Amino acid sequence: MADSKDPYLGIEDYKVVGTRPIRHDGMDKVTGAARYGADVNLPGLLHGKTLRSPYAHARIKSIDTSKAEALDGVRAVITNKDLSQSFEDKVTDLGEGTVLPKHLSANVLAKDKVLYEGHAVAAVAATSPNIAEEALTLIEVDYEVLPPVMDVFAAREEGAPLLHDDLTTKSLGEDTDEHSNVASYFQHKYGDVEKGFSESDVVIEREFRTATVHQGYIEPHNCTASWSKDGKLTAWQSSQGPFEVRGQFADLLGIPVADIKVVPQEIGGGFGGKFRVYQEPTAALMSRMTNRPVKMVMSRTEVLKATGPTPGSYIKVKMGATKDGTLLAAAAELVYEAGAYPGSAVGAGAGCIFSPYNIEHTLIDGYDVVVNKPQSSAYRAPGATNAAFASETVIDEICEEIGMDPLEFRLKNSSKEGTRRADGPVFLRIGQEEVVKAAMEHPHYNASLEGPNRGRGVAGGFWFNGGGTSTVVANLNPDGSVTLIEGSADIGGTRTSIAMQFAETLGISAEQVKPQVADTDSIGQTDGTGGSRVTFATGYAGIEAARDMKAQIIERAAKIWEISPDDVVYEDGVVKSKSDSSKSMDFKEFAGAHKRAGGAIVGTGAVTGKSPGNALALMIVDVEVDPDTGKVEILRATLVQDVGKAIHPSYVEGQMQGGVAQGVGWALNEEFYYTEDGVMANASLLDYRMPTALDLPMIECVLVEVPNPGHPYGVRGVGEVPIVPPPAAIANAIYQAVGVRVRDLPMCPGRVLETLWGKGASAQAADD
Amino acid sequence: MARKTHVTTTINGEETQFLCEPRNTLLEVLRDDLDLTGSKEGCGNGNCGACSVILNGRVVDSCLVLAVETEGADVQTIEGVATPEGLHPLQQKFLEHAALQCGICTPGFIVAAKALLDREPNPSEERIRLWLAGNLCRCTGYDKIIRAVMDAAETMETA
Repeated sequence: MADSKDPYLGIEDYKVVGTRPIRHDGMDKVTGAARYGADVNLPGLLHGKTLRSPYAHARIKSIDTSKAEALDGVRAVITNKDLSQSFEDKVTDLGEGTVLPKHLSANVLAKDKVLYEGHAVAAVAATSPNIAEEALTLIEVDYEVLPPVMDVFAAREEGAPLLHDDLTTKSLGEDTDEHSNVASYFQHKYGDVEKGFSESDVVIEREFRTATVHQGYIEPHNCTASWSKDGKLTAWQSSQGPFEVRGQFADLLGIPVADIKVVPQEIGGGFGGKFRVYQEPTAALMSRMTNRPVKMVMSRTEVLKATGPTPGSYIKVKMGATKDGTLLAAAAELVYEAGAYPGSAVGAGAGCIFSPYNIEHTLIDGYDVVVNKPQSSAYRAPGATNAAFASETVIDEICEEIGMDPLEFRLKNSSKEGTRRADGPVFLRIGQEEVVKAAMEHPHYNASLEGPNRGRGVAGGFWFNGGGTSTVVANLNPDGSVTLIEGSADIGGTRTSIAMQFAETLGISAEQVKPQVADTDSIGQTDGTGGSRVTFATGYAGIEAARDMKAQIIERAAKIWEISPDDVVYEDGVVKSKSDSSKSMDFKEFAGAHKRAGGAIVGTGAVTGKSPGNALALMIVDVEVDPDTGKVEILRATLVQDVGKAIHPSYVEGQMQGGVAQGVGWALNEEFYYTEDGVMANASLLDYRMPTALDLPMIECVLVEVPNPGHPYGVRGVGEVPIVPPPAAIANAIYQAVGVRVRDLPMCPGRVLETLWGKGASAQAADD
Repeated sequence: MARKTHVTTTINGEETQFLCEPRNTLLEVLRDDLDLTGSKEGCGNGNCGACSVILNGRVVDSCLVLAVETEGADVQTIEGVATPEGLHPLQQKFLEHAALQCGICTPGFIVAAKALLDREPNPSEERIRLWLAGNLCRCTGYDKIIRAVMDAAETMETA
C-alpha cells in the first residue's frame, strides 16, 4: 500500500491516466449497434408477460389460470406455487444490500398476499407478446382487499394493518418477538448529546419528509432465459451484477451456480436499481416448462409500479453549535420506508448523515419500516440524499443564527484523516477540507447574484464508496494488442477506465487494449457495478493483471535472449537488458516474438479492494423562485468533489453532472404520487417528471484530486456522492431567494407556493 | 390473431417490405421484424424519445406511429445516420465529448439532433435544449450532450 502521507503517491508523469481517450464501446453506442438486453432474439423465442395486482394490500384467495392456459398460443402460465417453497436460512447478496430468499421469492410472484399495487401475481409465456397480454386478462384472481399503509407514520400507528404475519421487530440487534411493521431499529451513539446541546449557544431541531422516488433508468428491466434439457440455465439480461443475478437464480431456483450462466448485455442505466431479480426466475421457469427460450421485458408502467424506488422517509435532526461556529452535538432520527419487505437504506443514511463533520457528541436512531409500496432498492448513494437534505439545511440555519459563512462553518468543522465517524469507522485520507476550500475560492461562490427572488445555497454530501471483489484477465495478442476481459457491467464507460489503468501500468496506449465484459462462466467472481466501486476495484484488478503480465514479459524476454531474468527490466513499454543495450524490444515487438519461447502470455488480476476511500462533495447553486407559481429555476450549478485521481476526467465529470441532475429532479419534481387506496397515479414518464434538457443549465465541475492511499493510482469512487448535496443546496438557495424553508421533498411549485403563503406542511408550521 | 397487412416503405434509403398486425407500432416492426434494434423502447408512450426516427423529414417517436401508417413513407433510423465513409459529425462529437454513459438514449438523441441540424444548421443552446426536451437522459445531466450538438453544428458549418 502506498504511503498515505504522500499526496501524489509519488507519481507525477502519468501517460494514460488523466487523458480523455474515446471509449472503446463508443462506436457501437453512437451507431445503434450495441446490443442491450431487450435486443436479444433467439430461435423459438416465447414472450412472457406479468399479471400484477391492482391493489396495494390484499390477500390472494384463489387464482384460476385455466382460461389463460386454454388460449391459442399460450405455452406456460406460472404462479408462486411453481417457485421453490423452501429456502435455506441465509441472506441473498444484492450487491448494494441483502434480502431473505423467501422475501425475494414472494416479490417475484406473490405468495399469499400482494403487498403493493403492481406486485406480480402470475405470468404467461406465449408465442407473441400480444397473445401473452391477452392471456393475462383471462387469469382470474380473487382478492380479499386489505387497508394499505402508505407511509412510516401510518405503518407505526397502534393497530396499523400488518404487512407480514411473521415479521417481528429487531431492536438493537435482538429479536423482540413483537409483531409490527417496524422491521428493525438501531442506534449509533458517541459522547453525550444532551451535554453537547446544553453547552451549545444555538440548538436547532427540525423535521423533514422526503417522497419515494425512482432511479429512472431509461431502459426497462429485461431478461431472456433458456433452460436446456440437461438442466443448464443461460440468461441474457441487463443488470448491474451478473454474479449477483447468478446467485439469486441459485437461491430462488435451488440449482447450483455451476448450472447457471448469466450473459451480461449492455445495460441502459441502473443507479442501484438493477441488482435485484424480478421477472428473471419467472422467465427461467417458463423456459423449463416449455423447453423454449422465454423473453420478458417490462413496460415503463411496470418499472415504476414494481421496481426501484428509493425510500421515502421521515427525518428529525437536532444540532447544536457554539457562537464561534463549533459543531458540538448532533442527533438524528431516521425513519425510512423499506417498501413491501425489510431492507431500506436507512443504515447507510445513518452512516452518512453527519460524516462530513467532526462532532464530539452524536446520537443516531434508525428505523426500517415496511409499507405497501414496491420493495425499495439502492439508488445512487442510497439513503444519503434523504439524510443530507435534513442535516445540511439545519447547518444552514445554524450558520444564519450565529452569522457565519456556511462554507467557513463547514471548513471549521470538517472531518479529516483520523476523525471518527458517528457510525464508528475512522477516516483515512479524505478531501473534505480541500473540497470546501475549493468551493470558497470558486468564481461561482464569489460572483454577485442580483435580481429579485434569486438566491444562492450550498450543501455538502458524503458517501462511503465500495470496494469488493473483481477479476481481470489480460491476453496478449501477437500484434501488440491486449484483450482485456472483465466482469463488471459497464454502465458509464468503465471498460475504458479499467483499460486505461492497465495501459498505464504497462506503458502502452489505451487504444492497444480491447476491453470486454464477459459472462459469468468466462471470468472470475466480480461483484456488481455499484457502490462507486468499478474504476477503483476492477481498475485495481486491471493494474494487477498488468503487473502479472509485466513479470511474465520479463521472464519470457530473458528466455528469448538466454540471459538471467535479473538482467531484464521493463520500463515505459520496453523490455530490455540492463547490461546489453542491443537487447531491447518494445511491447509490440515482444508481442510478435513471445511465442518463440513459450506459450500464451496471460495476465490475471484478482483483488478485493479493501480501502476504497470516501467521497465528499459540495454543491453551489443559484435559483430563481417564481413567487406567483412557486416554480424554482436552476440558474447556475457547480459541484466540487474530491474525486481521488481522475482516470478519465470527462467520465468523472459525467458522473458528477448526472448525479447533480438526478438530485435536482429529486429536489424539485419527482415523487411517487399515490391515491388513498395506494395506487400509483403517475406511473408514466410524463407524469413522473424527470429533468429534461430544458430544466437544467450546464453543470460546472470542480475535480479536487486527493489521491486515495488504498489504490495504486489514488482512485476513489466518484459515481454516487454527486446526488447527495442538491436537494439541501437548493432548499438553502430557495431560502435565500424568498425567505422560506421548505422541509419536504419534492419542492415542487405547489409546495413552494403553499410554504410561501405560510400554510405549508406541518414541519413549516412548527417554527411559524 | 389479427390478419397481417403488407406495407412497403423506405428505410434508410432502401425499399423495405414487411407484414404487421394493425396494432403493431413502427418501433415494434423496426426492432422485432427488421432487427433494427438501435431504436430503443424506454416508455412506449412517447415520453422518453429513445425510439426517435425521422419520418418523412420529421422527428417522431416511433412507438407512437402505427407501422401500417408508414406505407410509402421515408424512414431514417439511427442505423442510417453513419455512411460507409464514416460517422456523422454528431456521432463523432458524442464520442469526443463523452456525451453518453449507458448509451440507451444515445440513438434517440442523435436522431433527434440530426433532425434539428438538418433544418437549422446553427441553433442556440436554448434552442437545442428545447428541441431535445422530448428526449430523456438519466445519466449525463445533458451538459455534454448539448456541447456535442453545438460542436457538431459548428463543425458542419465550417465543413
